[in-house]
Amino acid sequence: MQTRWLRAVPRDSIQDMAMDQTAPLTDLAHTHVVFNDGIMLECGVRLDSHTVAYRTYGTLNAARSNAVLVCHALTGDQYVAEPHPITAKEGWWDAVVGPGRPIDTERFFVICANVLGGCMGSTGPRSPKPGGSGEPWGTDFPPITIRDMVQAQKQLIDHLGITRLFAVVGGSMGGMQVLQWVASYPDMVFAAMPIATAAYHSAQNIAFHEVGRQAIFADPDWRNGRYWETGDIPARGLAVARMCAHITYLSEQALTRKFGRRLQNAPKDSSEAISLFGEMFEVESYLRHQGSTFVQRFDANAYLTITRAMDYFDLAADCNGNLADAFRGTKTRFLLASFTSDWLFPTSESRTIARALNRAGANVSFVEFPSDKGHDAFLLDEPDFHRALAGFLRGCALHAGLRDA
Amino acid sequence: MSSHDPVRFVAKNMRMDLALIASMIAPGSRVLDIGCGDGTLIDHLFQTKGCDARGIEIDMGEVTQAVAYGLPVMHGDADDDLTHYPDGAFDYVVLSRTLQAVERPRAVLHQMLRIGARAVVSFPNFGHWLVRWQLLSTGRMPMTATWNRPWHETPNIHPCTIRDFFILCEEEGYVVESWLAADDAGQRTPWRRAPRLANLFGEQGLFVLRRAG
Repeated sequence: MQTRWLRAVPRDSIQDMAMDQTAPLTDLAHTHVVFNDGIMLECGVRLDSHTVAYRTYGTLNAARSNAVLVCHALTGDQYVAEPHPITAKEGWWDAVVGPGRPIDTERFFVICANVLGGCMGSTGPRSPKPGGSGEPWGTDFPPITIRDMVQAQKQLIDHLGITRLFAVVGGSMGGMQVLQWVASYPDMVFAAMPIATAAYHSAQNIAFHEVGRQAIFADPDWRNGRYWETGDIPARGLAVARMCAHITYLSEQALTRKFGRRLQNAPKDSSEAISLFGEMFEVESYLRHQGSTFVQRFDANAYLTITRAMDYFDLAADCNGNLADAFRGTKTRFLLASFTSDWLFPTSESRTIARALNRAGANVSFVEFPSDKGHDAFLLDEPDFHRALAGFLRGCALHAGLRDA
Repeated sequence: MSSHDPVRFVAKNMRMDLALIASMIAPGSRVLDIGCGDGTLIDHLFQTKGCDARGIEIDMGEVTQAVAYGLPVMHGDADDDLTHYPDGAFDYVVLSRTLQAVERPRAVLHQMLRIGARAVVSFPNFGHWLVRWQLLSTGRMPMTATWNRPWHETPNIHPCTIRDFFILCEEEGYVVESWLAADDAGQRTPWRRAPRLANLFGEQGLFVLRRAG
């Protein structure tokens, strides 16, 4: 059924969008560290050696007590607070991380690593498969979990000589990593900020991911994951996956506010498929743009791997269904934040976490911020949210005895 | 925050009974302040008594304010959120001028004394002489400095008198460790040893309870 639907989508239109990326995902030099002692994955497979690509901002103090780990979301990467090497766009959390920002790099040493399974320098499906064939892992890359991602980050933190993180922060899938950090390494996290997230991926969210994955599978250029053989990438499939996912990051109000039902002329140089109607809704144009820019910077197999990792996430399942047990005895101070119009990770999910933390006797702050921007709100300009982040960190610094840098 | 949001709890001025409540809390204790507003009391308890003080507040604007000030406050509500805390999690659970506005005051008191060794409760006294006089003389719902919202929009759905509260504690088997009546500004009043006088002249009652045995 999905094949038929995809055929109904103007085939050329999406290909056009991806036209200007001639050499996608070139192997840029990313700051990285190689761990030759390897990593044992939750699935039972061992990677004998793996790479973690990361960026840091600010200065680690002499006591090594001012480190803040930022965990990125599904399609994010380690370029939190600087122009992206491929898109040249500003860092994905420029509004939050930087000098004088809520996570102040003049005060904190901020670390962000590309997740295991990613495509921005850390080991993932695009990395060479061991065995000397010179081929990438592709779909043979072992299934990754959020716990594996966190384990790889822990190796990086150890490597940097940090024994306790002052804070771990992240939104969406980044928030899942924050929760996993506290569960896996309870003594290493003084403050945790899981934002717009959940302790498990809901059936509805898994369903949306599956639509995206099927779009990739249905693209003939995907070639069962061996698209490196032809040099093409499954740009149409990946773009449709992104378009579908992008809708879930927004809200009905935000789409109405930004685009409404406004029409625009189809671009002159467009394929016949676009001019089929002679005009297009602005929201269509926007989504196509989102899809086309995404395929320039993201690997389809990495998208499959990471969406799967999110789907597998269920922190309570690791504790016989009792989420509070994941946090029992924790000394970590928590700030949970959600946004009113976020229907992908609704406030009820954050409240569930907050109540589990209450049952575990944890120190919890929990705020729902009014916003019409949907799930994406955590990435955007939300002054109240930013004030709360800054204030929470200030309060934690007081309790941690962290002096101003 | 916005004007169309339903108002659940009275707009309370913590400063009035702040000092009184704080004076009843031992230094270094674990405190949960339900309906903590912007967190003035928990900040005071942390700053001056080294307490591990946390708050619950229903008004999201107040929660944001408190968190942005660095205080551990979560959005929640006395009726629904206390059940999620373990037994004996706190030394004191404070409910300041909020009891009259909760859905199930009895259940809330029960939860407070389950999760805390002591409950500190203050509430405006509906038995005050001016309230009684207004109802008697005008035949209309009283409007005073304390009870200052018309009956059809007041969040105070469960008003009670100091005497009512004593009776409830007796029925539930709670020990009143200490109590006092005060005027609206939180000044102690001389008739605090005589419950009947306190019920007539006290604008608010302040109680420290614990479970029997």
